Amino acid sequence: MILNQTSIQKIKERAKEFPQKKSAILPALTIAYQQEGYVDEAIYRELAKIIDVPYVEIAEAATFYTMFPKKPRGKYLIQVCHNISCALLGADSLVEYLENKLKIKKGETTEDNLFTLITVECLGSCSTAPMMQINQDYYENLTPEKVNKIIEELKAKA
Amino acid sequence: MFYSPVRTNAAQVAKDENLHLFRYVEDPDQCKVDTFVAHGGYEAWKKVLNGMSADEVIDVVKKSGLRGRGGAGFPTGMKWSFVPKDSTKPRYLCCNADESEPGTCKDRVLLERDPHSVIEGMAIAAYAIKCHLMFIYIRGEFAYAIERMKQARDEALAKGHLGKNIYSSGYDLDMVIYSGGGAYICGEETALLNSLEGHRGQPRIRPPFPAIEGLYASPTIVNNVESLASVPYIIKRGAQWYSSLGTEKSSGTKIFSLSGHVKQPGNYEVALGFNLKKLIYDPQYGGGILGDKKLKGVIPGGASTPFLTPEMIDIKLDYESLQEVGSMLGSGAVIVFHEETCIVWTILKLTHFFHHESCGKCTPCREGTAWLEQIIRRIENGQGRDGDIEKIEDICNNILGRTICPLGDAAVMPIQSSIKHWRDEWQYHIEHKKCMVETHFEFK
Ligand SMILES: Cc1cc2nc3c(=O)[nH]c(=O)nc-3n(C[C@H](O)[C@H](O)[C@H](O)COP(=O)(O)O)c2cc1C
Ligand code: SF4
Repeated sequence: MILNQTSIQKIKERAKEFPQKKSAILPALTIAYQQEGYVDEAIYRELAKIIDVPYVEIAEAATFYTMFPKKPRGKYLIQVCHNISCALLGADSLVEYLENKLKIKKGETTEDNLFTLITVECLGSCSTAPMMQINQDYYENLTPEKVNKIIEELKAKA
Repeated sequence: MFYSPVRTNAAQVAKDENLHLFRYVEDPDQCKVDTFVAHGGYEAWKKVLNGMSADEVIDVVKKSGLRGRGGAGFPTGMKWSFVPKDSTKPRYLCCNADESEPGTCKDRVLLERDPHSVIEGMAIAAYAIKCHLMFIYIRGEFAYAIERMKQARDEALAKGHLGKNIYSSGYDLDMVIYSGGGAYICGEETALLNSLEGHRGQPRIRPPFPAIEGLYASPTIVNNVESLASVPYIIKRGAQWYSSLGTEKSSGTKIFSLSGHVKQPGNYEVALGFNLKKLIYDPQYGGGILGDKKLKGVIPGGASTPFLTPEMIDIKLDYESLQEVGSMLGSGAVIVFHEETCIVWTILKLTHFFHHESCGKCTPCREGTAWLEQIIRRIENGQGRDGDIEKIEDICNNILGRTICPLGDAAVMPIQSSIKHWRDEWQYHIEHKKCMVETHFEFK
């Protein structure tokens, strides 16, 4: 088993909230992702057993959404919004700045597996642009100084 | 985890007795149930449970003139009345907190800073349609809002504002918090319902409409966060008061998310009918254009609404006025851009978004948005060809009105309006293989 008892228990608890068991698919995928940082076929199979729905239903749903990647990424997933409001305030140059700072291209992961850098669609933070999300946290109204500080702090913490 | 540092006009709202949504959003304790109650929270819910019938609630909301704040502007009370009275199936209410239309960042503020106001509005709506299990669908990226909402729901349950036999009225109401998986299309109401049922988030063909056959094939109402958060005030202060705010056909107040090239981007609650130019330039709101540059254009209602040119911005922000000039109020996301912004670059950004978010269910949208992005990218990269504008127009015409959900139209309308307003700039870009205005925005 890949999923640990805590995750399994959480999934079972969540499933009880819904009138129909298929509704537990996304919550279950979310919990699995929170544990492992990816969700692949082996995990789909485990989830299918835990919530008692066909494997294909899990696979079909999982592959539609952006938040359940099949492969693990760096410890810190940096997602930079590159849509219009952020772009007007320099999101593209923010991406370049991060590429230079982390010495990777967007879509790549640093050698020490610490940072993965990607661009994403609007994160609902348009009046505080430019912004990025790192794992669950939003970082808004970004400036080069702020970005430096954030990255240094994360490196120190790791 | 962090609380969004977005600027709001809460201080101004506090001084104007007619504004309400943002009254307490700068109070860090507003998310706690006791503070919320001390500020008059759950009074409307009590009033409803202690003596209003479901039909009376619907009637008040109908008379208030409240229209959906999620983009379509459909009259809220009327929508609720579509739930069949004789249906023996359970009924469901879903609050749409998928907020992902580029430019829109208002629901997040309510969810994070005044979660109980959303719960109270949801509860009243649930009662109006005789629903005992309500859902809130929050986009998965809003981790903080999801956490806040869970805390608020648990507190509301503990204090008896939700649960069994609420306020000894005999009414039971439970609430489920559901987080999405990262897909803009799940904000479309039938895609949202599919997603909630554990499927891919693809829209359904209508009819049947959700009010008849929605979640689990039962009557379901989907409403936006801001629409629902407006309901308690309407119940408390009456339909007449609410309809006296705003304009004749667009009553009440609305939150506008102001972003892009303005000095003071933020979320501002104003009465509908507020002047757009004032929102952009007044020192109490946008404060003017960044670097005092010249305004080039405005997207008034989120990424899917047609552009306005500087000559058009002395206009009332309400459903009718924007429609009259060929645009839409949409979600109230006002995106401003100045003279140094290339229109082809802007459209590429928007089109990339819609292509990425197309769910792929219908061919015109799936293929059309891909072709559009390809051609527009080619022009932006200096490889435009003669006839590209006509090709773009042709593809647009073949998408418009031919798709299952409005995303197809949404992708097309900004493109068409940009060609209408700035055709010479498109032409220049193709002929000279470069932007008419050099676009390079540094983050600093
Ligand atoms: C592609 C697409 C995305 C949408 N996204 C949202 C959204 O994020 N939030 C929202 O409230 N409505 C969204 N809507 C509108 C919903 O379909 C629906 O009209 C709305 O939630 C109804 O609530 P209201 O009547 O209170 O506005 C979207 C519609 C489309 C076509
Ligand atoms: S219009 Fe686009 S997003 Fe909507 S159903 Fe069709 S393919 Fe999906």
